[in-house]
Amino acid sequence: MKIGVPKEIFAGERRVATTPDVVGQLQKLGFSVLVESGAGAEANYSDDAYRAAGCEIVAGADEVWSQADIIMKVRGPEREEASRLTAGKTLISFLWPAQNPEMLKLLSDSGATVLAMDSVPRISRAQKADALSSMANIAGYRAIVEAAQHFGRFFTGQITAAGKVPPAKVLVIGAGVAGLAAIGAANSMGAIVRAFDTRPEVKEQVESMNAEFLMLDFKDEDGSGEGGYAKTMSAEFIEAEMALFAEQAKDVDIIVTTALIPGKPAPRLITAEMVSSMKDGSVIVDLAAEQGGNCELTEPGKVAKANGVTIIGYTDLPSRLAAQSSQLYATNLRHLLTDLTPEKDGNIVVDMDDELIRGATVCKAGETTWPPPAPKLSAAPKKTKPAPEPVVVEKKPPSKAGPIIGVIIAAAALLGLGAVAPPDFMAHFTVFVLACFVGYMVIWNVSASLHTPLMSVTNAISSIIVIGALMQISATDTVTMWIAAATVLITSINIAGGFAVTRRMLEMFRK
Amino acid sequence: MISSGIVTVSYIAATVLFILALGGLSNQETARRGNWYGISGMVIALVATVLGVVTQNYVILMVALLVGGSIGIVLARRVKMTDMPELVAILHSLVGLAAVAVGYVSFMDHTSELAGVEKTIHDIETYLGILIGAVTFSGSIIAFGKLSGRIGGSPLTLPGRHWFNLLLLLGAIWFGREFVIQSAAGAGFAPLMIMTGIALLFGIHMVMAIGGADMPVVVSMLNSYSGWAASATGFMLGNDLLIVTGALVGSSGAILSYIMCRAMNRKFIAVIAGGFGTGGGKAAAAVEGEEQGEVVPIDTQETAELLANAKEVMIIPGYGMAVAQAQHTVFEITKALRAKGVNVRFGIHPVAGRMPGHMNVLLAEAKVPYDIVFEMEEINEDFPKVDVSVVIGANDIVNPSALTDPNSPIAGMPVLECWKGKVSIVLKRSMATGYAGVQNPLFFEENTRMLFGDAKETLDEVLKAL
Repeated sequence: MKIGVPKEIFAGERRVATTPDVVGQLQKLGFSVLVESGAGAEANYSDDAYRAAGCEIVAGADEVWSQADIIMKVRGPEREEASRLTAGKTLISFLWPAQNPEMLKLLSDSGATVLAMDSVPRISRAQKADALSSMANIAGYRAIVEAAQHFGRFFTGQITAAGKVPPAKVLVIGAGVAGLAAIGAANSMGAIVRAFDTRPEVKEQVESMNAEFLMLDFKDEDGSGEGGYAKTMSAEFIEAEMALFAEQAKDVDIIVTTALIPGKPAPRLITAEMVSSMKDGSVIVDLAAEQGGNCELTEPGKVAKANGVTIIGYTDLPSRLAAQSSQLYATNLRHLLTDLTPEKDGNIVVDMDDELIRGATVCKAGETTWPPPAPKLSAAPKKTKPAPEPVVVEKKPPSKAGPIIGVIIAAAALLGLGAVAPPDFMAHFTVFVLACFVGYMVIWNVSASLHTPLMSVTNAISSIIVIGALMQISATDTVTMWIAAATVLITSINIAGGFAVTRRMLEMFRK
Repeated sequence: MISSGIVTVSYIAATVLFILALGGLSNQETARRGNWYGISGMVIALVATVLGVVTQNYVILMVALLVGGSIGIVLARRVKMTDMPELVAILHSLVGLAAVAVGYVSFMDHTSELAGVEKTIHDIETYLGILIGAVTFSGSIIAFGKLSGRIGGSPLTLPGRHWFNLLLLLGAIWFGREFVIQSAAGAGFAPLMIMTGIALLFGIHMVMAIGGADMPVVVSMLNSYSGWAASATGFMLGNDLLIVTGALVGSSGAILSYIMCRAMNRKFIAVIAGGFGTGGGKAAAAVEGEEQGEVVPIDTQETAELLANAKEVMIIPGYGMAVAQAQHTVFEITKALRAKGVNVRFGIHPVAGRMPGHMNVLLAEAKVPYDIVFEMEEINEDFPKVDVSVVIGANDIVNPSALTDPNSPIAGMPVLECWKGKVSIVLKRSMATGYAGVQNPLFFEENTRMLFGDAKETLDEVLKAL
């Protein structure tokens, strides 16, 4: 089948649905790829690069939509694009079917099959195709870059000849994928990072990124909802939360808000009053701007100024890092296609029994299949199962009685032996015990990498038993003599073999 | 031809040389010298004995020495490094056999007439020498069979096997008593034969009951036994050289076994008692069945890219690398990466492979410099800094459930904590479990990528892609 990648027509959209790197992997799945001329230009992927990767470049969008069997896009289709979609074709892109019911209707009326990247279920198996997470990650990173751009100072603290620079303080509200990415980026620039989230289970993740998790001293209320997202909290909780933000606003320099509750307008967390309490030159980056914004003063898509505070309400942060987001998005698409083509023969099979594919498919051959049945698994760790505690290696306090009894028995046995044994035997026994100790002392120092040579050399040495055979070989009795000769034979195999193989091994060890 | 005084002095020299040989093996710089000490000690002991003790049959003696020596050298030349454990096991069996033979000959030899306590002690020494020798012999043969795949690696667990062992032990003691009594009357051949049978049976049963993962312990334990056999023979013959050398070897093998057991956090007795990875293992695997998640496969191209873009790479070899003979390719990849400035290191688990130090020998064969090969304790803390860990044909030694799941049969065993690094690439032929029969949650970790296929072939492709 032919995959077509048209140029994005949404104003300001710079991403592209596939990259030259990924094209090769799509070809391995049996697809051929058609790219509209200039599709990747804004993301720094030239037509030549696509051509070099084996794509066919066509001049206009019409060719793409008419020739390709599968259309891959980033943004959901515009009306004119939807009208080009015909029965039998497959469209894969972001769609937001909940927010765009008319578009969904239009698409399913066309008779085509549509997979929405935003509807990929949040199950662990689907993480590889989870474009929302990929984009959120980029948005979080870019949020810090934008904040740095508008923040008039360093992020990192420095003590220079020209004076001391305090580190910037960053507050990240909502520690989802974007929030964590923002924490990581701010941290790596040297800022002091704090984070807040209504879901207590993310505390560990936040702390693992070296940020401080702000705890709300509140009776156990868990903000975890379905699929790893947050849910709406009680009125008292929100009140306490707002008090915390008001207090933090006076202290921090940069606030990044990423709070979203699925299917609802973004919660208002930063009031105009809090903004005015912030220091001049502070920056707020509102990643929820598209859904109305977490900050009261956010203007979606724009940078606003209020009381000396810059409020960034860009809704296209991933597109502002077009090359990176195209690369990740293209890889997510490729993973989805891998699942769609089990035979790797370039023919897609929309298997509605596969939870991943079922979730993503919003209409199939003219029939609306959205919303999908709720996913069974939560991406958040199950609450019922406490985190397994590391097994403490069992160390029973050594019982004192054991060794003492052992020593007493050994002493008694030795005394008993000494009482009856002839002096000749005791002399040998002394030698034996001393040799055991010498062996013990010597072997402890052997480095582990030499254990095999050690074994082969001790093996060779243990064939000293040949002495025993040699003492017997001069016997006049022929049977004895022959047994002794055979013993000499086999032990000499051991002597020669053991030393030779040790030598061979040791020759190999080198610096 | 030479006086017994000179023979004794030679024996003292040989003893000292043997101790120096073992001491020399404590590090790579002195190891080769150590081996030469061992050879000189052996030559001195042989020459002194031949000249000082042997009185006739020189021709047979020389023929036996030469034929045996040539066979040994040919074996040592031909053996593949991956087959080293088998060779060591079969060589152990020869020492065991020799101890049995020397014991029998000594018993049949009635030239020296002892009486009373001395006679009893001598008989006990003979009896013990043959007993240990026979156990070493049959145990080593079975170990050889298991290591070379001629006998299945899974532990054989007879019902009531501990009672069976106890019965054999009691039988050996009872026949020992019979032997001493009958020997005093000039007989005693029958109980000796029966005991030899019991000892052979015990050796077979003991090693059959031990699972493949515990093979390093078995090999070093047999090494220890061969030493004790030599020592017992020394007592029997009143020869200090044998006593000392046997004791050196015996204690060295015992310490190695102890080190191996400690590396697996297992009690020595538990290993010997056997039956590892059977009952408990199955139950745990069934429980973990639910927790299985999705594995993320990766191809050789992506692997090469990951490796090329990493700063710190840790390679964790296991038995799979030995089976696939992939050590040379591994080193080629290492060289290619180091040329690009990637810091490649090797992390060796003490029980990786089938005998102590097995992986080190294989890497040395491939000419991997030993200063980039590290032991588990040395590098386990570094994993958070590692960008890519490559696990080649290892399973149980990188199993996080050893630390997290108290019900796991390998609970408490120290493992290489590669999941703490950024990415782990696991090379495996299939999703089969390791020798312990435990499922490995590492494979389902988010930052683990599975590279399926024969280790050598896939690594060759990775090398090409680099």
